[in-house]
Amino acid sequence: MALLEVQDLRTSFQTEDGIVKAVDGVSFSIEKGQTLGIVGESGCGKSVTCLTIMGLNAKRNTISGGQALWKGRDLLTASPRVLRDIRGNEMSMIFQDPMTSLNPVHSIGKQLVEAVRLHRDVSTRVARSRALELLKAVGIPRAEGRIDDYPHQFSGGMRQRVMIAMALINDPDLLIADEPTTALDVTTQAQILNLMKRLQEDFGSAILIITHDLGVVAETADDVLVMYAAKVVEEANVNDLFSRPQHPYTWGLMGSLPRLETDVERLTQIPGQPPSLLRPPSGCRFHPRCPYVMSVCKTTVPELLPARHDPEHRQACHLDDETKEREAAKLLEATMAETA
Amino acid sequence: MSNAQPTTARGDELLIVENVRKYFPITRGIIFQKQVASVKAVDGVSFSLSSGETLGIVGESGCGKSTLARCIVRLLDTTDGRITFEGRDITKLSRPAMRPIRREMTMIFQDPYASLNPRKRVGFIIGEALEVHKLGTASEVKTRVQELLEVVGLNPEHYNRFPHEFSGGQRQRIGVARALAVNPKLIVCDEPVSALDVSVQAQILNLLKDLQDDFGLTYLFIAHDLNVVRHISDRVLVMYLGKIKEVASREILYREPKHPYTGALLSAVPIANPELGRAREPIVLEGDVPSPVNPPSGCNFHPRCPRFVEGHCDVEEPPLYPFGNDHVAACHYPLERWPMAADEMRRASKSPEQALPA
Repeated sequence: MALLEVQDLRTSFQTEDGIVKAVDGVSFSIEKGQTLGIVGESGCGKSVTCLTIMGLNAKRNTISGGQALWKGRDLLTASPRVLRDIRGNEMSMIFQDPMTSLNPVHSIGKQLVEAVRLHRDVSTRVARSRALELLKAVGIPRAEGRIDDYPHQFSGGMRQRVMIAMALINDPDLLIADEPTTALDVTTQAQILNLMKRLQEDFGSAILIITHDLGVVAETADDVLVMYAAKVVEEANVNDLFSRPQHPYTWGLMGSLPRLETDVERLTQIPGQPPSLLRPPSGCRFHPRCPYVMSVCKTTVPELLPARHDPEHRQACHLDDETKEREAAKLLEATMAETA
Repeated sequence: MSNAQPTTARGDELLIVENVRKYFPITRGIIFQKQVASVKAVDGVSFSLSSGETLGIVGESGCGKSTLARCIVRLLDTTDGRITFEGRDITKLSRPAMRPIRREMTMIFQDPYASLNPRKRVGFIIGEALEVHKLGTASEVKTRVQELLEVVGLNPEHYNRFPHEFSGGQRQRIGVARALAVNPKLIVCDEPVSALDVSVQAQILNLLKDLQDDFGLTYLFIAHDLNVVRHISDRVLVMYLGKIKEVASREILYREPKHPYTGALLSAVPIANPELGRAREPIVLEGDVPSPVNPPSGCNFHPRCPRFVEGHCDVEEPPLYPFGNDHVAACHYPLERWPMAADEMRRASKSPEQALPA
């Protein structure tokens, strides 16, 4: 049985302007020790997917549907009490912004001890030594001297390490990282990604990493989900996704990326803007921006179907396989030109 | 100061920056404020920029790249040094004397959400500079603004809309139109695409390149993303803690970096290609950027440098050694080749005197 099995997850928010379907039928599963990446641009529903799984959306205006089975138990219908037991314990989350997700008026030691004592019946002293152990594991220098410092006394990278220490303190089976390195410099990003990789080897947790950076996904994930306008448009093993991308949106993302390894005079851009989820386009949601648009795209929603070359690689596009193969090969040639 | 010499001298420079320093005072006391220390945000930076060229400035947050940009357009006064624009020293010009020069150099800001006044209409935001400089009557301004909207790929009919009606990418286009309004020679772009999604980022980068071709613009392009800088720049300048570490043409800097810091930055960039990315071993720098209040002695990169040599790097500040083709790097033990494995990088063999081409 998969650790987490998400089936046809739907989340909508009621707003003054109408209903926003932020997540519209997303399915995936995560096994023990696996790293799954979700890529997409802002507003595509990748963060809301995680918040829904964790039960962190505001109850007032949210409608959720589908299933999120955690070790066989549905999280969407679970009581707040059950969720509290799971969150921060079996399943924990690293948030995007390390500046705002730590409490500024408590020392980091106190916040870490609280995380332990909420789930384990241990003394403060034991919890504190556990906190210290984790701070050392995530590479905070002089951890003994810094455990009583407040968040503002740490730099961005160090705060993100504290967040990771807090997320790992109860040995979770699944770590959800929502843009864990977006607010950081490249050198710090490399440190944090290295750290996550090492800790995964040591602790054996599964990781769900959400990012808009294709580079980060390529270096960390085993499998990747590409989301566009609340839907999954492509799903594949990481090597297969980068060597044989099947969806025009994925091509657009890859083509619009300036790269260190290759020279391109002009980036291929995706025209237009991501659509509003209040009134999503009919048929395939990418059709207004798609250079390959056909009449069927405007009327029929494409299903997420296995690709011809590999049933594990699934994509939602009406284009014929020959065109896909040809375009993917063309893209690969363009981006790999100088690396060969 | 060895960092003081201009890195190039070609004669067609639009902008020359010589030994610019910007120290922010740290004061204590409420009434009798006395200066106890200073933040050395920019500490002796020199470079020049030719007409039609794009110079990229990269570095981690807090390295002084934005402060440098603000000093150049005189939004901040420099502590020391000289800025020459079109052959004229503008370092100490008064506000009225500066005004005509502000037509020649404009700025695009990082955050398209914060840099547009939410209470003004787009037409006013773009046209304000034209009114300030008295460039045309009201109807001429309106025609010009609509023309500009079209140039940056927006609908001219959106003249009367407010900034909140636009998406992030469209707002940044408004920012570009505003910078373009007075027909400047130099545009200082301070992280113009870092707040945008990749697909929109590509649109803005393409737009900036097209505008450069059409209007013969010169860009000073500041970014922390090395991929973006590589894409847009002709030459690249690497900054660390207020000082220049390396300057070279784009091809050379990315192919043969000499400074270990440049090497570490390059190897830290994730590659969007799983086979390539996972095959290499990144050089991970330990620790954080030190405080610019009390920068380390000697080479200020030495506490994090994998090739640190005790008794040399922490004592003597390296000058910008030349490596040919206008390539300079401030390191006593420059990289012999590139790419380099992490453990190989730790073995510094030659000092630059030996490593220099004959």
